[in-house]
Amino acid sequence: MKLKNGKLGPWLILAAGAACSLAGSLVWAQSETAADPVAEYRAMFGDDNPAELWTARGQGLWQEVRGTKHVSLAKSCDLGMGPGVIKGAYAHLPRYFADTAKVQDLDSRLLTCMVDGQGMDQAAILKNRFGDGDRKSDLEALAAYVVDASHGVAISLPLAHPQEKRAYELGKAIFFYRASTHDFSCASCHGQVGKRIRLQQLPDLATAGPDARATYAAWPAYRVSQGEVRTMEWRIGDCFRQQRLPELKYGSEAAIDLTMFLAKNAEGGKMAAPGLKR
Amino acid sequence: MHSLIRYVIVLAAVPVLTTAVHAQKSPPADRNVQARAVMKASFQAKGQAGMDRLDQDKTQALCSLHAPGAPPAAAAAKVVAANQASVKFPADGKFLGDWKRGQAIAEEGTGEQYSDDPKKPSGGNCYACHELDKQQIAYGTIGPSLYHYGKIRGQSEPLLKLTWSMIYDMKGYSVCTAMPRFGSKGILTEQQIRDVMALLFDPDSPVNK
Repeated sequence: MKLKNGKLGPWLILAAGAACSLAGSLVWAQSETAADPVAEYRAMFGDDNPAELWTARGQGLWQEVRGTKHVSLAKSCDLGMGPGVIKGAYAHLPRYFADTAKVQDLDSRLLTCMVDGQGMDQAAILKNRFGDGDRKSDLEALAAYVVDASHGVAISLPLAHPQEKRAYELGKAIFFYRASTHDFSCASCHGQVGKRIRLQQLPDLATAGPDARATYAAWPAYRVSQGEVRTMEWRIGDCFRQQRLPELKYGSEAAIDLTMFLAKNAEGGKMAAPGLKR
Repeated sequence: MHSLIRYVIVLAAVPVLTTAVHAQKSPPADRNVQARAVMKASFQAKGQAGMDRLDQDKTQALCSLHAPGAPPAAAAAKVVAANQASVKFPADGKFLGDWKRGQAIAEEGTGEQYSDDPKKPSGGNCYACHELDKQQIAYGTIGPSLYHYGKIRGQSEPLLKLTWSMIYDMKGYSVCTAMPRFGSKGILTEQQIRDVMALLFDPDSPVNK
């Protein structure tokens, strides 16, 4: 676990506290009590989420005239609901975009908007795709802002376009694809209900259901152990790292297809992002 | 039936038949092949994780193809046999090492990730999925509890061999189990497996307390 600017402090104290109380109550229902540290941590924040700082910065970036084409995203960026429209947009992503002739998730679509729409430098954006303290990510800030505008909106992906259906099927195949030194697939950890790794509860993401809905609806999220807002692509990439696979490329097809599979399984869930994760 | 009508029907069926024969010659790629093609274009080598890690062996391919369902029994039996055959027992006949080192291996979660130092020995990360003793409460539940593993079962040679084989290659018993093949895949060394064995069997190990 990465300690950053003491941001993990309360988490560690809580985890230790929970561990002690756990030891006391080990005789009964360990799997139920094990879920509590994160819930307690969330309760500590109440309605506050550090992600608000990212959302505010993202709003500024969304409205700012930038790039060689001197245009704002608010004027030019179409996330599927029309140029500049963000309300509810995330709840219907990934989707097919005619201008790129591709299915895109939020990460890859924001990149298209910034590079093709605003004329910004792709390499510079990608270099800072994952923020780290003072080195801030525009993509993560924009993602926080965009997803916040879908709060309470039901996730819905009709898969009306053949390419969207194809993305879903490929995403499913990727989800169950076992490989590398440990034979892991996504399903190794996320294919059953009610399991945990160490004390961490593992949501079942293989099938449509409450786990899949609650998990997907909370991303992008402020990740406490990172001290940053992270997007779904970051999360998927970190799973692949633990699957002992090579590095997932940002905005790549595998990332988008897998996101499509996860999003479809989350259908009907109400967006509650940016969430707060351990 | 009027002969002309019959002729027309036969003619109409011809393209269908041709299509069917053609489809048999080049079957559509299975979903593993499709997933791999997308993944090869979507990943890049990093650290110790090369692009070859996206290629599947027979066990991985079989389980992926049918997941979340189980593979056909005949195909599974073949793969199980191959995995069993890959098990190597310790040349000196010593199955048990040092349970304290075994416990450290069971606690260690790193190894083989691109973020890991390839010079450092890999961990077994047993606690991630198994309860082993009553001291470490941060254990996972993907695998069964191994508490009192040796105390319940004793230390007969067949049992030592069986347990060694399971750590070495669990896919020789349950083809699509979540448990990695620690020996066959070279995740743990022979000595590390000995030490983990001692954690399970040694009467002084917290597993048997």
